[in-house]
Amino acid sequence: MSNSPTTPGLAAGRLAPAVLAENFTDLHPALDRHEAQVAADRCYFCHDAPCMTACPTSIDIPLFIRQIATGTAEAAARTIFDQNILGGICARVCPTETLCEEACVRMEAEGAPVEIGRLQRHATDRLMARNDHPYQRAAETGKRVAVVGAGPAGLACAHRLAMKGHQVVIYDSHPKPGGLNEYGIAAYKSTEDFAQAEVNWLLGIGGITVETGRALGSDLTLAGLQQEYDALFLAIGLAGVNALSVPGDDLATDAVSFISDLRQASDLDNLPVGRHVVVIGGGMTAVDAAVQSRLLGAENVTLAYRRGPEQMAASQFERDLAASNGVRILTNVRPVALHGDAGLREVELEHTSTADGTLRGTGETFRLPVDQLFSAIGQTLQGAPEGLEIDGGKIRVDATGRSTLPGIWAGGDCASGGEDLTVTAVAEGRDAAEDIHRALIHDSEGNLLLLQTTGGRSDG
Amino acid sequence: MADLTTNFIGITSPNPFWLASAPPTDKEYNVRRAFEAGWGGVVWKTLGEPGPPVVNVNGPRYGAIWGADRRLLGLNNIELITDRDLQTNLEEITRVKADYPDRAIIVSIMVPCEEESWKTILPLVEATGADGIELNFGCPHGMSERGMGAAVGQVPEYIQMVTEWCKKYYSKPVIVKLTPNITDIRYPARAAHAGGADAVSLINTVSSIISVDLDTLSPEPSIDGKGSHGGYCGPAVKPIALNMVSQIARDADCGGTPISGIGGVTTWRDAAEFMVLGAGNVQVCTAAMTYGFKVVQEMISGLSQWMDEKGYASTADFVGSAVPNVTEWQFLNLNYVTKAQIDQEACIKCGRCYAACEDTSHQAISMSADRVFEVIDEECVACNLCVNVCPVEDCITMVELDQGATDPRTGRKVGEYANWTTHPNNPGALKAAE
Repeated sequence: MSNSPTTPGLAAGRLAPAVLAENFTDLHPALDRHEAQVAADRCYFCHDAPCMTACPTSIDIPLFIRQIATGTAEAAARTIFDQNILGGICARVCPTETLCEEACVRMEAEGAPVEIGRLQRHATDRLMARNDHPYQRAAETGKRVAVVGAGPAGLACAHRLAMKGHQVVIYDSHPKPGGLNEYGIAAYKSTEDFAQAEVNWLLGIGGITVETGRALGSDLTLAGLQQEYDALFLAIGLAGVNALSVPGDDLATDAVSFISDLRQASDLDNLPVGRHVVVIGGGMTAVDAAVQSRLLGAENVTLAYRRGPEQMAASQFERDLAASNGVRILTNVRPVALHGDAGLREVELEHTSTADGTLRGTGETFRLPVDQLFSAIGQTLQGAPEGLEIDGGKIRVDATGRSTLPGIWAGGDCASGGEDLTVTAVAEGRDAAEDIHRALIHDSEGNLLLLQTTGGRSDG
Repeated sequence: MADLTTNFIGITSPNPFWLASAPPTDKEYNVRRAFEAGWGGVVWKTLGEPGPPVVNVNGPRYGAIWGADRRLLGLNNIELITDRDLQTNLEEITRVKADYPDRAIIVSIMVPCEEESWKTILPLVEATGADGIELNFGCPHGMSERGMGAAVGQVPEYIQMVTEWCKKYYSKPVIVKLTPNITDIRYPARAAHAGGADAVSLINTVSSIISVDLDTLSPEPSIDGKGSHGGYCGPAVKPIALNMVSQIARDADCGGTPISGIGGVTTWRDAAEFMVLGAGNVQVCTAAMTYGFKVVQEMISGLSQWMDEKGYASTADFVGSAVPNVTEWQFLNLNYVTKAQIDQEACIKCGRCYAACEDTSHQAISMSADRVFEVIDEECVACNLCVNVCPVEDCITMVELDQGATDPRTGRKVGEYANWTTHPNNPGALKAAE
């Protein structure tokens, strides 16, 4: 091995291949049958359970855990998929520590929740390992719906629509479907190409066509889609990234690209990373970039956030994950300049303080050596079609996902309302599908146009 | 530290924890290990007639039920009495007793209901130097079909007859082990007493089918696809045993016959409960089979600590002390009025009390939007279900209303002690008053 964590500048292969492989294995390894049994035994089967309320997709958590406890993990998985068809990836990436597990009454009882996320993974893995799709379609309605964006919102919407008997075409600008599940999350949260396996499994419902490499604005237009389809669901995510807007910011790399490159890399051994890495930001993306830099072998990784730790969007769990991986977290500092003549050499940071809700620099600055600086200070809506009302940088939608234009729904990160989480996107996609379905089978007076056969579980 | 030395029907042991006649006491090797671990005594696994010993099945002989985290709650077995040669057992008993003179060794016996059979075996057992015998009238499987075990224990006349033979041909204490597979435990206990038994021990195992394999449709334990009823024991049977022990302890016709308590004793607490309900000592099997002989150390330290806390100098100080508090339902105080009270600080908001009360009881718990659960005194009948289903110990308690206070449910003032025998709704009471 020629390179090491202390090799100056940018370098690939800082760690031995075996170490790299070990570093990027499952963050939360799957529970085996016995472990799942022990974990499931801790569930109290609460009445009107707080975990269920805390779940954006309202999965019946006590029921599915009881189903695991009684030896029917497959039934448990159906309970999960009924509410969240992407329950597999959600079990891996959900910040359960701020959702279901935070609400678990065991937190109150002994400060340790039932391991809901890992139990969900156990159940979903079990059912997905069987090579049959657990849902079947209703009879063809003859209606066609276009979904733009094959991320969690788009996939969830498409699946629900397909189940109801509609024909769905999903367009996505990337070479592969999956959206952030495929391109945007840390590699150790979705191992063994799970995101693609999940998409393939989901498409097993039938009635869905995926067209990759096709983006709105190039060969696809809103008007064209409206003409061709009975309804339209936009799930285009937040494709833009905020710039640092400090002198030298052209020397920065956006963290989103780094995470995406890492996920798509066929050989992590060839992926260069700096000896000194600085990540600017305080959210999940910042943590994902920082931790993965360390795991690739960067000697020093610093995460710099402009406000206090309590304002960081990354959960305590994520911050602990970063700290335990040797990431240094600096708070109340912001970049004021990136320095370097032939490539990045130093980042200049300024201490900050907040008074009356306003963040100010204190004027005191310091410099850190840096070979690679990742910017993770938020993503923005990009390429939203003309004519849609934008609200706080997002497509304005009502509670059912309807945009301000008739026949057009939107959901996921690109739409207003809800946190920017996979699980929230799934809920929005699913709920929009239900509303699209209602709209498609009724006329403008609310009369039923189509008599429906019920799609649903294959096992009836 | 309290002295746990226990004298049970003249047999002294360093503590009241004996191993019951069962697989753990079938061999010298096991019994020596038990004594080294600290057990006060053993009842040697049941001996049968001289001659070819019984045989056991060669497939599984135990089945189980489990609680959360696969805690063993109940065990059932289809094992028979010792399947080892009588002479071997007798020699081993002799050796072990000689080496452990301070420990109790009782020999369990099961031979056919013929005087000659008992007359033959008893001198052989006496020669071992063991401290006493226990008559196995309880085993519900395998032997009972051959007219022994529970088949005897279910016929009081046989119990008396065999007990009398034993008292005639054996000089040391005779304990009669009773089967719970009977309608009223007092009848066999009275028969044992009438036959001159020095003590009774109970309960033997409960007839049971523990489970069915849903793939093969065979009862468990499965022998080549078939199953047979077995004997059920372990923590799950303790309530049955406690009741039966207390019934005998309270029965005048049992004449104060000493009792060795058996049935699901797993911790020192279980042992103490048996003893305050009248058992002079306890016998343990399933706990040892589940956790090994070392469990006796917790039983010893726990009972000893409790005795110190309560100021008991010896086990005799508390044996039977709860018996006067066991009564019939008709004598329970109907003016003892309690209400459930939820400690909001301790509550973890699982809502199980609410689900239980709302769905299956008296709709006496309210639930707010922010998951505050409160008892509605106007509806609460004090059934205790909420206490029983609450996962947090002492979160819900039953609080007694003072005499003279008004019960918001009935609107009546809480009066002095009054029971069903004098209650106006009792036809018997009305008749008596006329």
